[in-house]
Amino acid sequence: MERREFLQKSILVIVGASVPLSALTMIDPKKVFAENPDIQWAFLVDTNKCVGCGFCVKACKTENDVPFEANVSRTWVERYVYTKDDKRYVDSPKAAQDGFTESRIDLGRGEYQEIDKANVGKAFFVPKLCNHCSSPACTQVCPVGATYKTDDGVVLVDRTWCIGCGYCIMACPYGARFFHPIAKVADKCTFCYHRLSKGLDSACVNACPFKARRMGNIHDKNDPITQLIMNERVGVLKDEFGTKPQAFYIGLAQEVR
Amino acid sequence: MVGEIAQHAAMIVHGEAWTVKELFTLPNEYIYWSIQIVMYPYMTGLVAGAFVLSSLYHVFGIEKLKEIARFSLVFSFALLPVAMMPLMLHLQQPFRGIHVMMTPHFTSAIAAFGFVFSTYACIVATELWLVYRKYFVQTAVALKAQNNRSAIDSFRMLMFTALTLGAWDISDEAVKKDHKACKTMAGIGIPVACFLHGYAGFIFGSVKANALWMTPLMPVIFICSAVVSGVALCILCYVIVQEIRKFMAKRKIARWANDPTAPTIEELEGAKHEEVMISSNYLMYFMIAALTLEILDLIFRGYTQVKSWDILREVIMERDFTKIFIMQYGLGNILPFLIMVLPGRTVRRTTIATVLVLFGVFMMRYNVVIGGQAFSLSFSGFMDYTLPIIPHDLETFKEGLFGAMTVAATPFVLFFFINKVMPAFLKEEESTH
Repeated sequence: MERREFLQKSILVIVGASVPLSALTMIDPKKVFAENPDIQWAFLVDTNKCVGCGFCVKACKTENDVPFEANVSRTWVERYVYTKDDKRYVDSPKAAQDGFTESRIDLGRGEYQEIDKANVGKAFFVPKLCNHCSSPACTQVCPVGATYKTDDGVVLVDRTWCIGCGYCIMACPYGARFFHPIAKVADKCTFCYHRLSKGLDSACVNACPFKARRMGNIHDKNDPITQLIMNERVGVLKDEFGTKPQAFYIGLAQEVR
Repeated sequence: MVGEIAQHAAMIVHGEAWTVKELFTLPNEYIYWSIQIVMYPYMTGLVAGAFVLSSLYHVFGIEKLKEIARFSLVFSFALLPVAMMPLMLHLQQPFRGIHVMMTPHFTSAIAAFGFVFSTYACIVATELWLVYRKYFVQTAVALKAQNNRSAIDSFRMLMFTALTLGAWDISDEAVKKDHKACKTMAGIGIPVACFLHGYAGFIFGSVKANALWMTPLMPVIFICSAVVSGVALCILCYVIVQEIRKFMAKRKIARWANDPTAPTIEELEGAKHEEVMISSNYLMYFMIAALTLEILDLIFRGYTQVKSWDILREVIMERDFTKIFIMQYGLGNILPFLIMVLPGRTVRRTTIATVLVLFGVFMMRYNVVIGGQAFSLSFSGFMDYTLPIIPHDLETFKEGLFGAMTVAATPFVLFFFINKVMPAFLKEEESTH
């Protein structure tokens, strides 16, 4: 075969092969497995309504098999107390799974601080959970792609693939991740994806007696939660990291980090 | 009862065993990256540093470093597998570790580790083969010529024959070609070694959530301190091995000591002195670079005083003051520098300095890895790390004193075996480079 002929035939083969190949598309598992890509889940916390009962934490731990004895949690509630003499105290004993039944502040190392009620300036509770960020730092750093963001906006962990290196835990600016004490892999809030996909509310939203926690589809302009996020003055946690959190807070104090 | 204990142990979250929390820390915060992650950059640093020292001779032709260069190359090879060890020991799912190679997720800084590391391993192995090819051929030929071989010698013959990879030509021309190829490999090796370690720095420096780690200087700081620790370890081991050789030559313990061509004690002493002096000069240059960058980083943080400075200042200046300023900078940098820089430097003084330098670099890794986790993401609380000493389960063994010691001891065990196949000290006529 001459060189000219060889080149001509090669081009023909390449062109011929590229036509059927172009019919193939790369399958993106995120798209295939997302329950409904038209939905973009967002969370709304109204800190003014939270009373620190801890029902949400209890419901979450029960629903998602995170042992009560384990000192980690997918969601937790923080208590902020400001005294009139300009001191600030924060605590979240056992992630507030039993609620805030004691008025003294947990200082860690088994130490507690009693605060004179007359000295309390202001105090409030802030529920926290995974922010299911739009550009999550955790999924970026996973060396094996075991954690990923679904097309409906939920960040999940594949328990069968996680190697347990802890890089995602280090990368999360919100401390939302931990090692599951039994599964021995990274674990985090899933917005109760297994419930959402059945049309149910997530466990914590369901358990909250005061509607301090709510969820909605931010792509649906008529969704009441979307309306609230659009019309109220809402804030997000630590926006300086550029992660674009999808958990919005009404009444967020500047000191809450 | 046993079941109860097992259940209770299962409820201990990873990290809880060695973390003491103080004031307000988020419920999920623990020191997740413990002593093994301190060992990881320390060991990779030693690998990279040892290789850089060997390249000084191979690439830049610093003849006086010939012997220590060959030693460093063999030692670097012994250190290589150990860079992986701490990572494997720290994984919660160690059997899935291979996923990093099989399904790498390239937006992650860790994902490329397997590839960079393997490339580097190939380069070191190639270079070693080029250096030792002549020795392999000579040994294999000599063993083949023997009439009644013992079982061990037969095995050695097979092994050395295999190691020649069928390249039996040891004419001057062929050896010259080896030398040239070796130089090229060492030349490629330097940037790869720096990349390997700079990239370990990137793994930390790119964690934006961590106020102490996040700095673009991190990779450069890591490279400089890597070279410092690698050179220091090579000098130290070289001196120790030479001392052992001297002892053996004196007592005529080793087989080679009875050989009439064996180096005399004076020769061993003379060679050692010169090589140690020159290497320690390079050690000092890199120490100056490493220290300058570290201090620059500290000053910059103190001067700019961004949001995180309040908590960082408390960690650096108060809680970890002894670990950072006394142990790392004082004992690990300034003191050994003074020991080496004062006039009338001797091998003994340099050796003491290298021990201090190695300690200093270890403390630097410790202060970065553990110090970075010493404060809460809420900036309102602290976490204290207590190294598990007596292990009470697998986890406290792996991520405790004994786990770290295992990692630290392995390269020496490996060196012992590798040295049997590729002796770090060859007589002139056997060696090509």
